[in-house]
This record gives sequence, structure tokens and C-alpha cells, in this order.
Amino acid sequence: MVASVNWETASVATIELDPPEWPGHLAGQHLDVRLTAEDGYTAERSYSIASAPGERLAITVERLEDGEVSPYLAGELRAGDELELRGPIGGYFVWEPGDGGPLTLLAGGSGVVPLRSILRHRLGTGSDVPVRLLYSSRTWEDVIYRDEFSEHRGGLWVSYTLTRSQPAGWTGYTGRVNPDLLAQAAWPAAAHPLAYICGPTSFVETAAAGLVGLGYPPERVKTERFGATGGR
Amino acid sequence: MSPVSRGFRGRRGTSAGQESRLPPGQYVTEGFPVLSAGPTPHTPLQEWTFSITAGGQPKKSWTWPEFQALAAPTITADIHCVTRWSKLGTRWQGVSVDTLLDQAGYDAPYVMAFCDGGYTANLSIADVTGGQAWVAFGYAGEPLEPEHGGPARLLVPHLYFWKSAKWVRGLDLRQTDEPGFWETYGYNMYGDPWKEQRYAGD
Amino acid sequence: MDAVDGNAIGSLLIDVFGTEMTAAGSTCASCGARRPVAELVVYQRAPGTVVRCRTCGSVVMVLVRRAGIVSIDVSGLASLSQPGAIA
Repeated sequence: MVASVNWETASVATIELDPPEWPGHLAGQHLDVRLTAEDGYTAERSYSIASAPGERLAITVERLEDGEVSPYLAGELRAGDELELRGPIGGYFVWEPGDGGPLTLLAGGSGVVPLRSILRHRLGTGSDVPVRLLYSSRTWEDVIYRDEFSEHRGGLWVSYTLTRSQPAGWTGYTGRVNPDLLAQAAWPAAAHPLAYICGPTSFVETAAAGLVGLGYPPERVKTERFGATGGR
Repeated sequence: MSPVSRGFRGRRGTSAGQESRLPPGQYVTEGFPVLSAGPTPHTPLQEWTFSITAGGQPKKSWTWPEFQALAAPTITADIHCVTRWSKLGTRWQGVSVDTLLDQAGYDAPYVMAFCDGGYTANLSIADVTGGQAWVAFGYAGEPLEPEHGGPARLLVPHLYFWKSAKWVRGLDLRQTDEPGFWETYGYNMYGDPWKEQRYAGD
Repeated sequence: MDAVDGNAIGSLLIDVFGTEMTAAGSTCASCGARRPVAELVVYQRAPGTVVRCRTCGSVVMVLVRRAGIVSIDVSGLASLSQPGAIA
């Protein structure tokens, strides 16, 4: 029940799915994918849901060089294939309009995926919670959902930091997330913000420590760590 | 069985011609997966020691320079992880556990390997003597990397690789066979890959 | 190899407890630290899944999957508290 495979970048694909009896999901949740080879060998990975509640179910997968599952999903999989899924999963790293804000969203690489679900849900429900998104990526070519983020109107500020290389004339941030960068890009603690941080473990640890250092209460900082190999 | 995913093979290497070297249920891997139950320790070499203890009391201890002065042959072995990957023909350098036990003297049927980070693995004396076990500090011609157990790990290739305890700091001589870390959580006390002794009761 | 967090064991915990548990409150039996299960440190790439306290590093839970059954050892956990369902 793969409906479509659309490429965000050369190595990142958004896969739309039409599972029978999908119960719906909350923004920020993930699902588990299991692949089975002909000899019964199986591999499982978790992927954050990229779509908002109510939209057609979609996940976004980055093909990792040394990956086992991602090269199949973002490379071999075609519309019409069947995919074994389990989910939705998660009750901690979720946001609903009733949770309020303002929201500080920190994305490290593919960690932007569940945050995109949150942003689309905010847009889809007409929520006026203000949001600051800081999206860290290696290069501008690796940034996904670019056009989409510029479409969000009113109350969404997006800043990017590029850690490996920047295009000519780049006026955004450079380098890895650090306390100074957070002080500029995140909501100040006095605004009583709610933070969601997602990405590789090292990114999340640095960013979370940075927000707590700015005065965010730890219980207002929600984290989701991906392993060094990208997906979980 | 779950529906087959069209065209999915997984990251397995080819085992053509090597089937006789593979225990049941295993597949060959090209890489060297890093499996861990906790953070990688980083003990400085000037603080590192290896000890043979008896009931927790040290019988003999070596500092890193003393350890490096011992005879350390090259070992070539096939290794088999209980998570089903096997790696054939791996090359190590290390000190034979026979050497260490002979220098310390011992009178016990079992040992418990103990490690930085708290990991333990139980073994019988019979399985770590007679040229079957080493304390390895070199892999593929290089110093053993921390994520693979460096500065030194136990190497007991005839048993599932969880017995080859990473970041090993010594062997405690025991009169009874008590479960180590994974054995406590349901893995087999012995762990013979050729009899597929993965879990307790296998 | 990086550790992840309790979000990664969401489906394993559903297998054991029959319900979502990542938002449940946990208390470490070694040091008493309290945090949501989602914020515990998880080592997944092992013969089992080892969950450790983020404050003191002690083992809080170990999950082992064997022949389709997940077993969990929670001797490192002093308590787990789940928000009750609204009637």
C-alpha cells in the first residue's frame, strides 16, 4: 500500500502510504517498518511520521550509505509495493494545539521530520501558537521541506544553520548549534516556551543542554534522539 | 511469516563456499557491528590494569606496560554473535589467558570476567584454557578501538561473542558458575554457537 | 555507537505493557532520579535492549526478545507511573 515515493533531495524520499484501518496519529509520533527477505530474514526500523493528523500518512526517509533498511525504502521501494507497518507509536514526543506554546523547535538533519508534522498540524488546526524553528543541516542541498516552511504564514520564524558548507551569499547561521546560536534563534525562557528537539543524539544533547542553560525548565524540553545511523 | 518485501535482501555478505564455517542460524557480515550495553569507557592506559582475582582478592595484576611485555601471538578466528552475524577470519593480537592464569596460579573451575562499565561474563576454566582464550588488544593489525572493546577485551571465539567481554579488566576465579550480565537477563550460561545455545534452556 | 532514548522502545514497551509507556514517569532504583521513560538512555544494538538512568548510568530496564516474546527485567526501576485515562 505504498501510494507514492517522492524525492525531497537526491537521498531523501517521502513515502506516502495507504494502510488499511490506519487509526490516525498525533503530530510527533512514529511508526515501525519491518522488511522481510525471502529467506525470512527481517530488519526493523522506526521512522517519524511526516504528515499531520488527518493528512495522508507519510514518512520521510534519508538513505544512509551504510544503512540496511533506508537504502531499500529510499531506493528500491515503488508505488504499489506492500510495506509492513506498526503504529502509530509514541505518547511523549507529541504536540497538540492544547499544549500551547510558544514553541521552540530544534531540528538536526532528519530530526526535522516529526517537527514538520507538528508544524503542519499547527497550520491545519489554525493554531496561532507562535513558533521558532531552528533547522541544522550539513548543506543547503540537504535541507528538506524548504518551500513548505516558507509557505507557513504568521507566527512562524524559521532559521537555518549550515554546518558543513554554505552557498555563496549565505546570510543564515553557520556551524553546529551552540548556546549563542540558541540565544538568538530560540524563544527566551521568559516567554515560557515549550521545546521539541529531534535529531542525532549528539545534536539533541548539545541543544537540550543549551536550552536548559538559557533557563528552560527541563520538563518543558522534549527530546527525541536518533542513533548515529539516522533512524532508530 | 510476514509478507516478503519485494527485492529486500538486507546487509548480509555472501557466504558462498563458507557454509561449513557458519553455525546454525548465522549469516556472514562484511562490517563489524558495534553492540553495547552501555557507554564506551575510556580508561587511560596509565590507570589500566588486568587482574586475576579470587573471590575479589587480587592474586596477580599487570599494568599496561607489564601486559605489553608478555608474549602476544596473532590469532585468526571466526566470531559469532548471538544476534546472528558472524565474521570469518578476524585477526587479533593478544595475550593467552593460559599465560595469565599460569602466572597467577589458580584452583577454581569457573571465572567471571569483569570490565570497565560493569559488564560481566561467566566462563568455565576449561573454556578459557588450552589455547582457547586471549585478552586481545589488537584487531586487524591496529590497536583495538574503544568501541570494539579497547584497550583490551576478552576473546573466546568458540563461544557466542557476548562472552568475549569488552573493556575487560580481569578474571575472578569462582567455585560456582554464576550468571554474568546477559546470562542474568535470559541468555545461555554456556553459549555454544554450534549447538545454538542462545537463551537459557536452549 | 550512540545511545538513543526511550522513544525508541515505544513498540517494545507496548508489547510488554499493552499500552504506550514512553510518557510514563520512571524512578531509578539506584539514585532516585525521576524522568519520563522517553528520557531514559537506551542502548539498542546489543543482545537485548538496555535502558539506563540518565543521571547515574545504572541499568533501569533490560528487554530481551526471544521467539516472539519480549521479557523485561525492571529490577533497576523503583517505580513507573502512568497517567490515568480520563473516564
